Amino acid sequence: MQYEAVIGLETHCQLKTKSKMFCGCANEFGAVPNTNVCPVCLGMPGVLPVPNERALQLTALTGYLLNCEVPGFAKFDRKNYFYPDVSKDYQITQYDFPSTTTGHVDFEFGDGIERVRVTRAHIEEDVGKNNHFAQHSGVDFNRAGVPLLEIVSEPDLRSADMAYEYLNALKDILIYGGISDCDMEKGMVRCDVNISVRPKGEEKLGVKVEIKNMNTFSGVRRAINYEVPRQIETLESGGTLVQETRRWDDVAGITESMRTKEHAHDYRYFPEPDIMPLKPDETWLAEVFSHIVELPLARKQRFVSDYGIPAQDADVFVGNVPLGDFFEQAVEGAKNAKAIANWVINNLQACLIETGTTVDELKFEPAAIRELVAIIDAGTISSKGGQEVFAALFENGGSPAAIVEARGLAQVSDSGELDKWCQDAIDSNPDPADDYRNGKENAINFLKGQVMKASRGKANPQVVGETLAKLLKG
Amino acid sequence: MLHELTLTGLTAKLAAKEVSSREAMQACLERIDAVDGQVNAFMSIDRDDALGQADAVDAALAKGATHAGQPLLGVPVSLKDLFCVKGQPVNCSSKILGDFRSPYDGTVVRKLRDAGAVLFGRINMDEFAMGSSTENSAFGRSNNPWDLERVPGGSSGGCAAAVAAQECFGSIGTDTGGSIRQPAALCGCVGLKPTYGRVSRYGVVAFASSLDQVGPLTRDVRDSATLLGAMAGHDPHDSTSVPTEVPDYVSELGGDLKGIKLGLPGEFLIDGIDPEVRAAFDAAVKQCEELGAEIQEVSMPHTEYGVATYYIVATAEASANLARFDGIRYGDRVDGDDPFSLYCNTRGQGFGEEVKRRIILGTYVLSSGYYDAYYLRAQKVRTLIKRDFEQAFETVDALITPTVPAAAFKAGEKMDDPLQMYLSDIFTISCNLAGTCGISLPCGFTSDPKLPIGLQLIGKPFGESQLLKIADAYEQATPWHTERAAL
Repeated sequence: MQYEAVIGLETHCQLKTKSKMFCGCANEFGAVPNTNVCPVCLGMPGVLPVPNERALQLTALTGYLLNCEVPGFAKFDRKNYFYPDVSKDYQITQYDFPSTTTGHVDFEFGDGIERVRVTRAHIEEDVGKNNHFAQHSGVDFNRAGVPLLEIVSEPDLRSADMAYEYLNALKDILIYGGISDCDMEKGMVRCDVNISVRPKGEEKLGVKVEIKNMNTFSGVRRAINYEVPRQIETLESGGTLVQETRRWDDVAGITESMRTKEHAHDYRYFPEPDIMPLKPDETWLAEVFSHIVELPLARKQRFVSDYGIPAQDADVFVGNVPLGDFFEQAVEGAKNAKAIANWVINNLQACLIETGTTVDELKFEPAAIRELVAIIDAGTISSKGGQEVFAALFENGGSPAAIVEARGLAQVSDSGELDKWCQDAIDSNPDPADDYRNGKENAINFLKGQVMKASRGKANPQVVGETLAKLLKG
Repeated sequence: MLHELTLTGLTAKLAAKEVSSREAMQACLERIDAVDGQVNAFMSIDRDDALGQADAVDAALAKGATHAGQPLLGVPVSLKDLFCVKGQPVNCSSKILGDFRSPYDGTVVRKLRDAGAVLFGRINMDEFAMGSSTENSAFGRSNNPWDLERVPGGSSGGCAAAVAAQECFGSIGTDTGGSIRQPAALCGCVGLKPTYGRVSRYGVVAFASSLDQVGPLTRDVRDSATLLGAMAGHDPHDSTSVPTEVPDYVSELGGDLKGIKLGLPGEFLIDGIDPEVRAAFDAAVKQCEELGAEIQEVSMPHTEYGVATYYIVATAEASANLARFDGIRYGDRVDGDDPFSLYCNTRGQGFGEEVKRRIILGTYVLSSGYYDAYYLRAQKVRTLIKRDFEQAFETVDALITPTVPAAAFKAGEKMDDPLQMYLSDIFTISCNLAGTCGISLPCGFTSDPKLPIGLQLIGKPFGESQLLKIADAYEQATPWHTERAAL
């Protein structure tokens, strides 16, 4: 029997805010344990949470970027469970009225574009971190209260690779929108994976297994690649699957059972009485809406279709937004977009990396690249001369025309002088000239070299070739 | 004697430089030394800190500070044991907090200080504000100054007892289902529960977040108006506090009740009200009428569901609010082999019976499969109760009821019967569910023994000004507030 995997993801990512979700402590990674803490995030007696306005804006913005509805009513709820890293022994989250609902993410997968529906993206607070030592354990509450976005997908994913690409696309969107830095090394993104399998063609979903707390995308891919065959093999060997929560062991490369449904937590969600429901009005939403950015996939598609550049080049401009924006300004009104893309990607990007500078710090305008390409295409300078002009531009700024002028880089295409150099070359080198006349076309290259030498590189090679051919055939 | 003054009387003398804040503080300490062995209102007092604050105020007064800018300048005020004061213990009359000291000042504390008050003492209460008699305190009950065999009410019973015993010039309590008004009634003082959102809850250890509200207990209405004025207002640390303008409550006092419509809710005047309480109440209604008020019967059809609704909503919220007392970060810890047994041991030994009962009840009503039948249903009934009030306030300015069905009961009398204890709050609870303001003030005494009887007035949301004005008019026309317990 053929089986199909049905996968949904719950992706948590930390929001890029200065302060925590419900207090003024810094949202900062890597500080000495328990230094970014206050009575509120430590769950001291008597404290109250006050929602972070910026986090609420970023949540709504995420909604817009994920094509979600942003309803006019949302609220916070308490999720109750005892654990040392949960300072209040409940987590403030959103249960039945989240800040955003029903959206989707489009992303490239295989040869086409796939769509995964987003059930909701809601805001909650992160918890602290338990550390275990030889004789005791400690809790670091620096992370407690950091704003955390939970993005829940519908079970629209069918494979580990598809899940992997979805996660990367999601990450790109969040980085694009300035929502999160999505730094995996700093634990800014974590994932819960829901997996079931069913016979292909079957509508009914199989028994769901949840794999908790994955912190790398490759780990998610590996875990799915382990879990799907495990479930299929269990069914094929006549066994039954139980609804359960499993843990991914990254070293052993296996999943193992944590708890079954009978032992599932009853979180006893109820409305958070310390925070009034959220009722974003139109002005507030319009302000958030004004910060919408073009999504990576849309940008790529636009670059390919508007400028006719290869998908590969477009990917560079999607991955490096300032560079892409620079390209867009350079290409305005230009004829040769491909050449401009080449200069920006091959030369400009390389120089920026080499010198550790940014597009903002450039000493020249994007139009200079357009001008440079135009004078190369017009034959005013050679492509080698172009390299010199670019180097000067990068170093000191200015305009390509002025640099060509100052450095005497203009090629000679004027026929009087060229004719003379060519005739001299033919006259001084009768053998290659004869070879050419006798049909050995390559022989012209030697003569070309002589002309270039005589002109000290200033002759326009294309015109030299044409003139030589004309004189030899003459 | 200095300790016999009202808060207003004391500020007049302080302003006139007839007495110093240190003398006022000293008078309280001496009175406490004399009578608190019987009353047991105070759990602890940091005397050096209290006198230090008083000296600082005296220095400020000498430099020209005035009561116009700081209405409480130099006035000793005591605090229920659930207000967070930096460096001071806060135990909520529970064992579980151990030797915990608050690392921060709550907003009410800060505002009272800004107004010049000398804050002192940790006042006894029912553990985590759960109870109606202070008998649930882990540190022993407080006694009613009118009859030491009887309870002072609760949960702010210590506050009411301290005010009635003249151990302080005012006390700050909290009211979740009647916890200010019921003890005020039982001890013969004035207790005000402001509208939900009027006073910040930041720095007040929570019992039930959607019901808790901070308020004053004082000897007369004017003193309550002064304290409310100092505490009220929006607080950026409490997103449920409301940015409504704070009126000058004191300057608006005075006048009679002409043009005021008082609503008499038939559903409150049930069988089971003590005859003496009923007689005192009827006389109070008549007195209001004589002062010009128009009495009108109103219907509050959902009143009978108040107690049940309250014990679902309040316990549900409490079950989450009290989860943080887990022995991990602060307070007493009773170790175990793993986190789970540590929690069980710590909480099992740290909390008292009533607190555990309510946590279990609250956990139950929120549990999967029961949520809809209990918590959700209770929220819907709460909306209906709120609507009862809204409809009543369309035709009347305030409601008039007894505060409690009977005068103070004897200690131990209701400890074996939690339901009987819960019914002590039957007239006060719906005010919290509706979120509006209410006040209790003395309206007479039972004959033998002589015990105070309380009159409750319930006002419109954020209508404290009018509520205080009505209460003041009644109070000034009657002698009850001038009577003192003989200790």
